[in-house]
Amino acid sequence: MATKKVKGVAYEVNDEGFLVDPTTWTKEYAVEAAKEEGLEELTETHWKVIDFARQSAATAGGASPTLRTITDGAAITTKDLFALFPKGPAKKVAKIAGLKKPEGCV
Amino acid sequence: MAKEQPRKIAFICSKGNLDMAYPALVMGWAALGNGIEVTIFFTFWGMDMINKARVDHLEIPPVANSSMKMNLMGVPGYIGIPQFMGAFPGMTAFATHLMHKKMEDLKVPPVREYLQMLVDGGAKLFACKMSVDMMGLKKEDFIDGVQDIVTAGDFMDMTDGAQIIFI
Repeated sequence: MATKKVKGVAYEVNDEGFLVDPTTWTKEYAVEAAKEEGLEELTETHWKVIDFARQSAATAGGASPTLRTITDGAAITTKDLFALFPKGPAKKVAKIAGLKKPEGCV
Repeated sequence: MAKEQPRKIAFICSKGNLDMAYPALVMGWAALGNGIEVTIFFTFWGMDMINKARVDHLEIPPVANSSMKMNLMGVPGYIGIPQFMGAFPGMTAFATHLMHKKMEDLKVPPVREYLQMLVDGGAKLFACKMSVDMMGLKKEDFIDGVQDIVTAGDFMDMTDGAQIIFI
């Protein structure tokens, strides 16, 4: 277990860098986590995906949404999702949104 | 430390039965979601997966499939389907229907849609030249995501450094 400090606040993250308790998530944390994943700026569309992922997890017992759940639910194309979160959107969205490592296969 | 090369995976799809279409799709999609580069090479019966006229009609025959038990139809336990029954007219269609239903329940998309997701996610699809020649196919016969018809040698060049999975 490790902690990540963002603007003076310490967040507990696991060995793979996922936030341990999703309720401790803040927008500042998301911005910092995004930078670590190589995303310098989060646009409105990024936030649409992040907000959807958090809502989806809240109604699914904390499970991270699969990419297909995101494309269907946030009304975004697969192409756009991969362009917004390049090189591994499944993990990146979960990390930035402060959710667990995705477990679904689709 | 030198910057690591991105991990690469290449699948060779050589089967055209419905059940054998899914492994590369599921693993390829997981790979893309984790930032791994994906190449898929279709050969022999695997050509059905990218053939416009065939992709929506892949089937699973119960004959010679010893793992397919009647529990698929809701019969408890692991009671087998006698092979002679598997050969009855309509049995392949019936088994195919059951598998489609199971997949739908799990929210697994049909093969055509799944392939499109992979292409949109950046997977590169190629058709095997020898199979294309053998089956008398043309590039126009394939779904849109197929980039090219390539030889086995081309495939070796383009998968330099990749982990290769044969299905």
